[in-house]
Amino acid sequence: MSMEIKSIQKDSLDKLFNSLKSRGNLIYAPVKVKNEVQFDFVEKFEQITDDFIQTTQSVKNSVFPKIETLFKFVKTGKEVKMLDMDMSLIPEIVIWGIHPCDVWGFDSLRAIFTWDTHDMFFEKRMDKLTIIGMSCAKADDYCFCTSVNLGPGSTKGSDVLLTKTGNGDYIAELVSDKGKALATSMPDVFVQAVQSKKEDFLVVVEKRFDSESLIPKMQKKETFDSPFWVTNSLRCLGCGACAYVCPTCACFDIQDEGYGARNIRFRCWDSCGLKQFTIHTSGHNPREVQSQRWRQRLMHKFAYMPERNKVTGCVGCGKCSRACPVDMNIAEQLQEIDQKM
Amino acid sequence: MDSLRRKAQQLLESKEVDCIIGYNEGSSGNVHAGFITTPGQAEKLIFDDRCKQNLGVYLTKHEVMRLGKLAIVAPVPVMRTVLILTYECQIVENSVKVLGIGLDGQFLDFNEYADIEKYLTDHCNEHPEEDKKLIEKISAMSVEERWDFWHETLKPCIKCFACRQACPMCYCVRCQVECNQPQWIPVQSSELGNMEWHFMRAMHLAGRCTGCGDCGRSCPLGIPVHLLTFKMSDVVLDNFNTKAGLTIKEPSTLSTYKANDKETFIR
Ligand code: SF4
Ligand code: SF4
Ligand code: SF4
Ligand code: SF4
Repeated sequence: MSMEIKSIQKDSLDKLFNSLKSRGNLIYAPVKVKNEVQFDFVEKFEQITDDFIQTTQSVKNSVFPKIETLFKFVKTGKEVKMLDMDMSLIPEIVIWGIHPCDVWGFDSLRAIFTWDTHDMFFEKRMDKLTIIGMSCAKADDYCFCTSVNLGPGSTKGSDVLLTKTGNGDYIAELVSDKGKALATSMPDVFVQAVQSKKEDFLVVVEKRFDSESLIPKMQKKETFDSPFWVTNSLRCLGCGACAYVCPTCACFDIQDEGYGARNIRFRCWDSCGLKQFTIHTSGHNPREVQSQRWRQRLMHKFAYMPERNKVTGCVGCGKCSRACPVDMNIAEQLQEIDQKM
Repeated sequence: MDSLRRKAQQLLESKEVDCIIGYNEGSSGNVHAGFITTPGQAEKLIFDDRCKQNLGVYLTKHEVMRLGKLAIVAPVPVMRTVLILTYECQIVENSVKVLGIGLDGQFLDFNEYADIEKYLTDHCNEHPEEDKKLIEKISAMSVEERWDFWHETLKPCIKCFACRQACPMCYCVRCQVECNQPQWIPVQSSELGNMEWHFMRAMHLAGRCTGCGDCGRSCPLGIPVHLLTFKMSDVVLDNFNTKAGLTIKEPSTLSTYKANDKETFIR
C-alpha cells in the first residue's frame, strides 16, 4: 500500500476536529488534568493538549474498558432471563493525538483478543476506531520504542499520522484506507503536501537493546531459571499499577455483581503481578512468589507472545516504569538480560 | 551516611545479619530499595531527602524473609512500622536489626526495640505541612461537600492496589477486597466501589498508620489517599491520646490481637 502524504495547516486542525465531531464521532484526546495528561472524551478542540511526553495511562480503555459488561441477567422467581448487550450502542470513536507506541499497543491487544476465539466486544470496539496519531517531538529516558522496532514517527497502526513541523503546520501521512477516505472527504483540511521532511521534527530515542536479539534469549530455558528474576524483583510490591497503565496488558477477571434481582456479568482488568491472579480453588498457587510473577510479566511480552502471537507484547512506551512506585525499570532490566544472557 | 555504611559493612562481615534493606541509587534520578548481602555492597547504601519509601513493607514479604537475618535502614516511620509489626506478631522482638535514621538525619544504632521506644517518645514524625493544610481544609467542609470531594477525588482510582501493596500495615494474606463469598467490596472500579474500597482501607488502618505517606506516594494517578489514614490518626490522637507504633507493649488503639483467639480464620 503506497502511503499518501498531505499537510494540514496549523489553523485548520480545529476544522478537522469539528468536522469529525459533527459526523457524530466521540473524540478521545489528551487533556490536562491537574498535573497530568490523560485521555478523555472531549467536547471542544481547546480542551486538547499536545504538550506531553506520555499520558499516565494508555488508551486501551477505549477498546478494552476497565469494566465491560458482558450480559445482564434478571431473576423472577425461579426464572433467570439473560439479556445480551446491545452491540449497536458501541460508539464511533476517534482517538486523537495518540503517540506511535500507544497506537501499536492496539496490535498487541488484537493479537490476544483474536488469537483463537474472536472476542466480539473487542473487535466491535476496534472496528469503530479511527486513529489519528501524532509523532513524538519529545521523549524521556523511560521511552524505548526504538528497541522494539518502533520509533517516534512510526506509522504502524495509525489511520493518519500527524507530525508537527517547525512552523506549526502538520505533515499528514494517510496510512490506511480509512485515513485516505477521511482526507478525501475533507479536501479543505488535507491540502497539498509541503516540502518538509518528517525526520527533522522527531525526537531521537536511544536504542537500549534489540528485540530481535533479546527474544531468543528470553526464550532460553536458562533465562527462565536464572537467579536474575529474584535479585531484580525483591523490591517489587506485587500491585497492578504496571499492568493497568500498560497499552498491551490484556489480563482480565470475570465477575458477577447483583443488585437484588438485577445482575450483571462483567470483565475487568486484572494483573499477573497480583498474588491472587493464579491462585487455585485448592489454595495452591503455581506462581507462589513475586519473582515468578515479575518473570511472567516480561516473559509473556518477550518470549510467549512472539512465539504464539507473532508480536512483541511491549511497545516501549515506558508507562509501567513511570507508574511503578518502587522504580522497577523495564528497559533497564531488558537491557541487562540482552547483555548478560 | 558513613557511619551507616560502616555499620552495615560490619554487620555483614561478622555475619550478624544476612541482608540489609536500605536505599540505593535507582534509575532516572530515583532511589529505590536495595537488598545488600555482601560487605562490598555496603557502599551502595545512600540516605537523602529522596529516601521516603517505608522499607518496612519488605519485612513481611516471603522472598525477603528467606534471605535470612535482616537489618533495615529505618527513618522514623520505619521504626514505628517495626514496633507495630512486633506487637502484631509479624516479627519477633529484636529479630530485625534496626539501623535508625533520626528526624535530624543522624544515624542511630539501636540495640533493642526498647531503645526505639525511648527515642520515639519525643521524636515522632508529624504530617508534612501541606498535608496538614489539606486535612484542615477537608475537615472544615460540610458533610455533603466532603462526600462530593472524596467522590470526585476517588473517581479516577483504577483499583491497581499499589496503595495497599506499598503499605507495611496491609500485610493480610487475603485482603477483604478479594473475598467474594460473600463479596464485601465491589471488584470493579466504579464510583461507589472505589469509595467503599478506600473507606474500608482507611478503617483497617485507623490507629495503625505510621504516617509514612507511601500509600499516596505510590498511587500512579496521584490520588492523595494518605490523607484518609492521616486523618484517622488525628482522630485517634484527639480521642484516645495515642499514636501508632510508639510501643510494642500495647495494641493499637482500635484493634487488638490475641494469639489464643478461638476463631481459626485469624492467623
Ligand atoms: S510493558 Fe511497559 S513499556 Fe512495555 S508496553 Fe507495557 S507499559 Fe509500555
Ligand atoms: S513492577 Fe512496580 S508497578 Fe509492577 S507490580 Fe511491581 S511494584 Fe507494582
Ligand atoms: S494506588 Fe491509586 S489507583 Fe491504585 S488502588 Fe490505590 S488509589 Fe486507586
Ligand atoms: S496507611 Fe499509608 S501512610 Fe499509613 S502506614 Fe500505610 S502506607 Fe504509610
